[in-house]
This record gives sequence, C-alpha cells and structure tokens, in this order.
Amino acid sequence: MKKILKKARVIDPASNVDEIRDVLVVDGCIAAVEKSIDISGAEVLDLSGLVLTSGLIDMHVHFREPGYEYKEDIETGSRSAAAGGFTSVACMPNTAPPVDNAAMVEYIKARASKSGIVRVHPVGCVSKGREGREMAEMGDMAEAGAVAFSDDGSPVYDGSLMRKALQYASMFDRVIINHCEEPGLFEGGQINEGYVSTLMGLAGIPASCEEIMVARDIILSRDTGARVHLTHISTKGSVELIRRAKAEGIKVTCDVTPHHLILTQEAVLGYNTNAKMNPPLRTEEDIEALVEGLKDGTIDAIATDHAPHSRDEKDVEFDKAAFGIVGLETALGLVITHIVGRHRLSLSEAIRKMTANPAKILGIDAGRLAAGKPADITVMDIDTEWIVDKNRFLSKGRNTPFHGWKLRGRAVMTMVGGRIVYEVPDTHLFPHVKF
Amino acid sequence: MLSRKHLLGLENATREDIELILDTADSFKEIIDRDVKKVPTLRGKCVVNLFYEPSTRTRTSFELAGKYLSADTINFSSSTSSVQKGETLKDTAKTLEMMGIDAVVIRHSSSGAAEYLSWHMNAAVINAGDGTHEHPTQALLDMLTVREKKGTLEGLKVAILGDITHSRVARSNIFGFAKMGCDVYVAGPQTLMPREIEKMGAKAARNMDEAVEGADVVMALRIQLERQKKGLFPSQREYSRFFGIDKKRLSLAKPDALLLHPGPVNRGVEITSEIMDGAQSVINEQVKSGVAVRMAVLYLLMGGAGR
Repeated sequence: MKKILKKARVIDPASNVDEIRDVLVVDGCIAAVEKSIDISGAEVLDLSGLVLTSGLIDMHVHFREPGYEYKEDIETGSRSAAAGGFTSVACMPNTAPPVDNAAMVEYIKARASKSGIVRVHPVGCVSKGREGREMAEMGDMAEAGAVAFSDDGSPVYDGSLMRKALQYASMFDRVIINHCEEPGLFEGGQINEGYVSTLMGLAGIPASCEEIMVARDIILSRDTGARVHLTHISTKGSVELIRRAKAEGIKVTCDVTPHHLILTQEAVLGYNTNAKMNPPLRTEEDIEALVEGLKDGTIDAIATDHAPHSRDEKDVEFDKAAFGIVGLETALGLVITHIVGRHRLSLSEAIRKMTANPAKILGIDAGRLAAGKPADITVMDIDTEWIVDKNRFLSKGRNTPFHGWKLRGRAVMTMVGGRIVYEVPDTHLFPHVKF
Repeated sequence: MLSRKHLLGLENATREDIELILDTADSFKEIIDRDVKKVPTLRGKCVVNLFYEPSTRTRTSFELAGKYLSADTINFSSSTSSVQKGETLKDTAKTLEMMGIDAVVIRHSSSGAAEYLSWHMNAAVINAGDGTHEHPTQALLDMLTVREKKGTLEGLKVAILGDITHSRVARSNIFGFAKMGCDVYVAGPQTLMPREIEKMGAKAARNMDEAVEGADVVMALRIQLERQKKGLFPSQREYSRFFGIDKKRLSLAKPDALLLHPGPVNRGVEITSEIMDGAQSVINEQVKSGVAVRMAVLYLLMGGAGR
C-alpha cells in the first residue's frame, strides 16, 4: 500500500528540514521525503497548508492501567494521545500493582498491542513496590521493554538508593527519571508557597523543595557518570542548576509541561482543583526562566504529565483533591498558541522538544522522518482556532484548567506505522483534505 | 442589605458590609441582656450548624444567636453523623438542602470548604472557620469589641501576634481592620509567618516589640499545640519567653490599649494570666460581641434589611 502525503510543510528538526515536501509511505514505513513524489497507483492526500512532522512523543503520561481504570485505561489514554498528535508515549509505573517487574512490563505491552492505538512504552519502577527501599529488577524490565525507570510521584528519596539505581540502570543504557521533591519540605503542601498560599490559607510547597532534589540528582549523576532525567521542572532555581550542570558536561536532561510554561499560581484562586498539580504552578518569574531554559537548550523536552482523575477526585475540598491534570489533547494547541505564537520558541524548536529530543532521551527509534523509519506522522493545522471543550476529550479525564480556552493549532491527523489513528472530526475545517 | 449572599470571608467584603453588620450587631446587643431573650425576627427560619471540627464558643454562640432571633437551630457534628459513614461534604450539603434549611454555618478543617459548600447550596453559607483560611465572624466580633471601646476603628494601630501562618483569625482580622482604616501589624516567630503577608494589607514588623509599640489593639493568637509536634518552635516555654505577651511587653502599647485573644487561651503561653485577667483585657467582652455579631449575620443573610 502506497500513500503520498503531498505538499505539507514538513518540519523535521532531526534532519534540519522545514519546507514543502512530499512524503511517501509504503507498507507502514516512510519510503521517501522529497520535493515532489509522483507514483501511479498511490493514494494521494493533499496536505497543502498543513504542517507535517514526525509523530509527537510524550515522555510522561499516566494511563492508570492496571488498577485505576476508572480514571483512564490504555485504550482511552492512547486515543487521547492520538487526538493530541502523539504517536508514542512513555507511561509511568504508578499503577496498582506497580510496574516493578518484567511480567508487569509484558502486561502493559500486551494490553497496549491489544487495545492501544499509539506506541505505549512502559516505564518501570526504580524500586520494588515503588517503596524507595530496594532496587527493582531493572535488568529484567529493560529486556522486557521498559524504556526508562522512575518511581514517579514517590521520588527516590534515599540518596544511596538513587546512586545505586543510577549506576545499575546505566549498565542497561536506561535513564532514571526523577520527580524532584524533598519530602520534608513538601510536608502536606498543596500549592506553591507564596502570596497565593498565604491568601488562601493553603500549605505551601517552596521552590527549594524541588531544587534541593534537582541539585542532589545532578551531584549523583556527576558522581556516577550515569544519565538522569528530571521531569516536569517548575522553578527558576531548577533551570539555573541544570544549566550549570550541563555546562559542566553532567549527563542531566529535563522536561517541562505546557501548563508550567503558561499558568501561574493565581490559577488556583477560587479553590480551583483543576489547577492543583505537583509540582505546583509557580510564578511569572519562574515561567520566564523556564522559557529561557527552553530557548537555550537547558530544557530538552516538553512532556504533559497527563494525569487523569475522576470527577469525584477533583470535586471535593481543595486539600482532599488529587494532584494533576490531563494534558494530551491540549498540549500541542497550548505550545503553538502560547510558546510559538508568542515568539518564545520557533515551531521547529518546539517540535524538536516534542519529537527528536524525547526519543533520544528514551532511546527509542522514533522522532525523525527518514526513509526506512516507521511512518509515525503527525499532521497539524497551526492556524486553525478552536475552543477547548473537556466534554469532547477522548481521555476519561475531564480535569483541565484549560476548558473554554481558545487555542490556535491542533493535530488534524495522526498516523502510527502508516495507519491513520486519528483524524479531526471537524473535517469541514479542512475541505481540501481528503482523509 | 449585604452585597453578598454568603459570608465566606472578609477578603471580598466591602467596608459598607462590615459597617452594616457591626451597626446591626450593636442594635442586637441589648437583647442578650434582656430577661426574656427572644425576638421573633427569624421565626420559621432554620439554621444548621455544620461543625466538622470541635468548637465551644463559636458553635454555642451561633446556636444562641439563632435561638434569640427565634430561628430553629440544628447542630450537626461530624462525629455523630453520616460523615462517619464516608459521606462527602457535597452530598451532606445536598441532603441538608433538600430538608429546606435557610442557612448553614460551617466549621471545617479544609481551607475553602465554606466556599466549596456555597457552590452546592442555595441556602446562605456562613463560614465559621475554614482550615487556615478565614474566620470572618471572629474578626467581626473583634472589630465590634474594639469599636465599642474606642468609638471608632479609623486610624488605630492593631498588632496581631503569634502563629500567623496557621491562623484563620489573623487573615480575617487583617482584611477587616485594614478595610476599616486601621494600621495592621503582624509579628511572630519567622517559622509561623507566611510569605508575602504584606500583600494582604498588613505590615510585617521585624519583631514583637516593634509591632506592639504604640498599638491601640494587641491581639494574641492561639498557639495550636498540635503545631508544636511539627517543630515550628522548640518549646512552649521558649515560645512564651520570646513571643508571649506579658505585662512588660504590653506596656509598650498605648496605656489604654486593648488586649484581645480569640480563645481558647493557653494561659502562660501566648499571654500571661496576669494580663489576661487584667484591666486591659477585653477577652470576655469578645464573647458577648460574638453572639451579637452572629445574630446580625444570621439576620442580614436570612432576609433582614439591617440597621
């Protein structure tokens, strides 16, 4: 089966391409990316006016399966990913039971191949039971297909365990992903420590809570020579620490979420539980530093931390509400509107942080458009305006602070291995595109 | 008429609202001294006291306030209700609403719980203390007490001292006294002082003495002993030495300064027994003002026009 995706603006940061090209897909793989391709008998999609990139990669999602299927499962999570333009995701192991052994990794992969429509890469636990005491069988899990290791929301607090885990995982060429949080400083915290926490009478989470752990992990990475990835960093201090570490050649990488780049602590005012997340939303000054970090390469990737919760877990008193928001279906629109649209990053750089860079960190063969690679492709309209409607999400989660926001730009078609897994329902917006 | 349907806090109350409540409370005070303490004003209205935290004076004074105005008052305490069976606040609210109540007085350990309740109810919601957020009727009764003694609130220096971080009383008082034209100072151990408190309209004094110096009103806050377990200060003994109010510290204030405390007092910790029982203390007057203020709030939120 041959398909020609014609006349799209092809952006492939990994090969420094940003121009109108045709892409030929044959039997699920990319066969050619050239100025003009014409082959008789091939199906042709005219994508003029649209942008075509390698499929987006989200290196931090929660698909909740097994254990919390009422929040999300691999099927709905992967549909949500496809609708957001993502073709690969790395899903965190904070399930019940947690993904802390090879059998669980196999289980996630089996479920994903049965009901998932995007590539679901399991992240295994660093410690058995995610309890932060003994190392989990990372070798077994790596062999079974775990792309990275993380204890997710229960960061590896014990410095000795973290040091051993970094050394051990590096032998299997796997990165440790850490959520940076010093437990003593977190202590019941609800939102950023600052004026808003003072005003609302909510326990604050100081920036130092994150930064101390960022510093520790950088030091341990230097000590062991192993790679470490610090996820969803949120403060100016974290950016500065990582920038300095990278300048010294320490193998640290990091990501930031769209919401930490756009919203400040004020989003919580009125006890809005849909703006409650961990790490918390910070300040304008932190946002400026994060944007600067994106620009100068300190921050490698944009990841959503897609964290679906049920209505009952958010429609409660603020301190009883779960942390986290869904992100897959709003990420691209938010990045195009508020990061690219405000000239904070070029579109090509933004795409790099959502494709080639996370692929490299996770060591997966994705994130670039090249002959012979699987045809994981995202087609987006970067000009179309749309209104976020949480009730139309394909995710089970409705917990978003962006409901009702007007955004510019979204995925209109997502292809995994040459198969179209999502096409925008409002096809009247794209009358010239024949999906 | 109040500008709002609920009394959730003083952050968004107007000066006119506060004055209306204080004036109305003034006019109700004499009822408390009557032999027959009953006026028919709220006859046929029902008030539920929904208390998720222990309380003596606030709950009792709300109950009496309702009864003096002839409202039917129901006490609901979390230890003997469906809360024990895991019922959510939202479901409890719906249940009470369907029973036809007119107002709910809520005390809850979660900041924002009163506001949350107001989203799910048509009845008037009165915040009787939500977590570490606000306790508006306490601030109103403090203002009523001070206004009665001083004649006016305008231009007074008010020192609020102690655990500011965890105090809903402090937050409501900062908003209330500042709106009424007072200079509000706060002081306490640095470990109990929240960030950027000055944006709320209070001045953060460098130390206790600076806050007290020349003050017209000295308000000590209750040390919540459960906080001590978290190690926010080394011991009660040391707290009272460096942050307590004794005769000497009080003497830095104006000679006619008033001493307030929202109660219950840890005698010898926040303030010495000597000054608590002394001439400047208005702690007992505060209790009486509490009933009057709560009568005014119930009356104004359940149909009365005021004044």
